[in-house]
Amino acid sequence: MYRYDEFDHDFVQARVAEFSDQVQRRLSGEISEDQFRPLRLMNGVYLQLHAYMLRIAVPYGTLNSKQLRMLGHIARKYDKGYGHFTTRQNIQFNWPALSDIPAILADLASVEMHAIQTSGNCIRNVTADHFAGAAADEAADPRPYAEILRQWSSVHPEFSFLPRKFKIAVTGAERDRAAIQTHDIGLHLKKNAAGELGFAVYIGGGQGRTPMVARKIRDFLPEADLLSYCTAILRVYNLYGRRDNKYKARIKILVHETGVEEITRQVEAEWQELKDAELKLPDADIRAIEAYFAPPDLSDRPEGDEAVKLARLDSKGFSEWLDQNVVTHRHPDYAAVTISLKGIGEVPGDASDSQMEAVADIAEKYAFDELRVSHEQNLILPHVARADLKAVYDALVEIGLATANSNLISDIISCPGLDYCALATARSIPIAQEISQRFASLERQREIGELKLKISGCINACGHHHVGHIGILGVEKKGSELYQVTLGGSADENTSVGEIIGRGFSSEEITDAIETIVDTYLGLRLNPQEIFIDAYRRVGPAPFKEALYAGEAKAA
Amino acid sequence: MKILTANRLGDGIAVWYADGGWAETVDQADLAHDKAAEDQLEAIGAKAYADNEVVDVNLIDAEVVNGVVEPVRLREKIRAAGPTIRGDLGKQAERAA
Repeated sequence: MYRYDEFDHDFVQARVAEFSDQVQRRLSGEISEDQFRPLRLMNGVYLQLHAYMLRIAVPYGTLNSKQLRMLGHIARKYDKGYGHFTTRQNIQFNWPALSDIPAILADLASVEMHAIQTSGNCIRNVTADHFAGAAADEAADPRPYAEILRQWSSVHPEFSFLPRKFKIAVTGAERDRAAIQTHDIGLHLKKNAAGELGFAVYIGGGQGRTPMVARKIRDFLPEADLLSYCTAILRVYNLYGRRDNKYKARIKILVHETGVEEITRQVEAEWQELKDAELKLPDADIRAIEAYFAPPDLSDRPEGDEAVKLARLDSKGFSEWLDQNVVTHRHPDYAAVTISLKGIGEVPGDASDSQMEAVADIAEKYAFDELRVSHEQNLILPHVARADLKAVYDALVEIGLATANSNLISDIISCPGLDYCALATARSIPIAQEISQRFASLERQREIGELKLKISGCINACGHHHVGHIGILGVEKKGSELYQVTLGGSADENTSVGEIIGRGFSSEEITDAIETIVDTYLGLRLNPQEIFIDAYRRVGPAPFKEALYAGEAKAA
Repeated sequence: MKILTANRLGDGIAVWYADGGWAETVDQADLAHDKAAEDQLEAIGAKAYADNEVVDVNLIDAEVVNGVVEPVRLREKIRAAGPTIRGDLGKQAERAA
């Protein structure tokens, strides 16, 4: 993975020193909250309901064991023994004292981490496919390009005060696991007919109160033009994006209001000015960054097949976990493992200090020291020899992280909601927990098959409800929590925004409503291979509306 | 009825104005029964903000239940107790201890 060079070290150390000084001046009363607020936000420090919250960047979701161990240490020493992995592949701590944050940032810097640009109207952490570098279906590892974008966008003077925040996601596979079409810029790394690498470029995707699917503005952008083209997009946005209304300030609104053809023309015109100048990436530079992401030495481990076969016979739990949480690796003797942070009835995305440390140990011992955070709020071991899968499983069982539910209904994305968040209008986590408990039976979950359920506690949609096969949005109505259901959303290569199915449900009703939707699907699917989203796209909302609301219509 | 709440500057912990200072629990918060009392609380909040004692100062609705002060809105109830999903954290945990 990427290692800081001298410049990176100096930059992060300088920022720690600068922000430490700002915190001291704030605590001594030398600067006011109005002066301090933008400074703390630039460094990932929010104020939530109960305390400050620190959001730490995990660039493109990649971590090593040392870094995860440090996150566990921070959870124990400065927080309340846990952290929350987010839908942007970051981690948040919910209880740090402002006075401790300089020490936390110094600890993070010692393992090449920071909290810079995890807030504010700048280019945020660039996210990537969590199976990058391991996936059997990718053209190339997208993370070197994410790293190039990170270097380019870090304290970029022209793009530090954009109309609104700006999110970029990159995938290297046809099967989109990075939700690129819900981002301000989505990049799909691929090869052209000549075998050269480049990107399909999408812009203007986003969720929040006005969900939009990104539009493709270029089918193939040569890799050397990545920065000049992104600069052209950002320039057009920075110039024409609305600053009069924060709800209309994202690039998705500009794309929508300007029209995709016109905005493409503007971007291309701007790019003509930039493309042959200093932003053109020299091949040697790309290859140098790529070298940091060189895959580990995956020596042949052909004994894996036999080992897995025997272990399957020996353990039903292992067999189920293997079927659900282990995916094919580009090397046939290896696999990529999803460590579910969605234990039945647990808080989606939360991990305790000791779990983080134990997972770090597992990664060090069995997974070439490499870990990923997925935007679905799970941890990933991207490279595990099949021969070691049983040992990994056993180690995960010991720390309560072997739940075999990846991509099933209990693998729920959920924002922190009103239990923590100052913006939330309703709770998300208790709803996720109740649904997870209702569908606790793995047999039942597997019968239902792939189903992406996503919950947000306010319209800002951090829980990605718009693109859940089933989405739940919590709002406040007349002083109570009310949950609105959307169906038919999806965040993959066929991204779609879910449709509101009808009136919302109270917190007491919502789990029953979800069960009704699931039972309706089970009753109408053509066969077990037709997953929920495919069935919904075939039949539309009518049967689900009928099942949920027909009784009411008759009563009325 | 209204009470005055904020988060303490140094550690961000939720606090309520009670008996001339900032208390870590809501139970005994000073109640404003009329506009004049609200204005007075608001002035106290503004001064504490200006003096860098607290941030995010707000007057919120409250009621008295069984002799103790309770916020009305769910958001404020959660601030006063802690996350509903983690009874071991926040004020509720300290109270239980």
